[in-house]
Amino acid sequence: MILSPGTEAPDFTLPQAPDRTFTLSDHRGHPVVLVFYPADWSPVCGDELALYNEILDEFRKFDAQVVGISVDGLWCHRAYAEQRHIEFPLLSDFEPKGEVSRKYGAYREKDGVSERALFVIDGNGVIRWSYLSPIDQNPGADGVLQALEELHEPHAAR
Amino acid sequence: MSLTPPVSARDHAQGPDRARIVLVEYGDFECPHCGAAYPIVKEIQRRFGRELRFVYRHFPLTKTHPHAEHAAEMAEAAGQHGKFWPMHDMLFENQDALDDESLISYADALGIDPRWAALALIEGRFQRKVREDFASGVRSGVNGTPTFFVNGERFPGGARELLATLMQATIDAPL
Repeated sequence: MILSPGTEAPDFTLPQAPDRTFTLSDHRGHPVVLVFYPADWSPVCGDELALYNEILDEFRKFDAQVVGISVDGLWCHRAYAEQRHIEFPLLSDFEPKGEVSRKYGAYREKDGVSERALFVIDGNGVIRWSYLSPIDQNPGADGVLQALEELHEPHAAR
Repeated sequence: MSLTPPVSARDHAQGPDRARIVLVEYGDFECPHCGAAYPIVKEIQRRFGRELRFVYRHFPLTKTHPHAEHAAEMAEAAGQHGKFWPMHDMLFENQDALDDESLISYADALGIDPRWAALALIEGRFQRKVREDFASGVRSGVNGTPTFFVNGERFPGGARELLATLMQATIDAPL
């Protein structure tokens, strides 16, 4: 079970680059979108990360920071980001393996990878929307964008 | 997941507006999966004839496919001259040559002034239309290309499954 809306988002620090880390609680004051995914190098061109990469401007409209998280190592992330021109941080949940994914209920024990799960966290560090996708199914971006919209204008919520 | 906004006069469409089946494709001219779907969509159109209206909207993944944006804009530019569909076909049939020079030569081949076509690309004259299509796709739950909608509802599969499903639906409920 992934963490549900209303839950305080577990804080974490993960490596983002060999000399740089990402700490969730540093991002209070604006929304953060956590994109857990099974692995770099998915073989299709319409994959989830490519889609989010393509619509970063839409996320920026809500001042939202998007980060990808998988158990791949930093150098793998770097090669992947370079080859696919990914322009948002990819965090490495590598050591201890899957620890952060587990905290969010987004770890697949039997495969040893993160689930395909999405979390929208508000500026106070509270999960406001979460979604667990079938692992082979790209969940698209409409759910995330709608959640961000509702954060932005709570009274317009459907 | 339903199509937002619905099909309207702003769309490029083939087939009667009151057709029983309205098929919308979100596509990217440089995407190999869309290239593979292209002849299957043609087959669907051939089999269903006047029963089907086919609409194409742009969903270029520009960071993955460096030529996809300009290819989409060129299709729109051709559309201005009533040549959207010939250009659409030309692009899918020449997916390996979608650089600007090639795009302009396709315009030329369709009888469109190549200087005008070049300028349209440089000035980004049709960028907005392409962006609008893209944004509508994101809102409609498009998660990759090609994504199809049948009568406003997202179809959960590719072109082959689509052909099979439409054939089956027709057998179950004959015309």
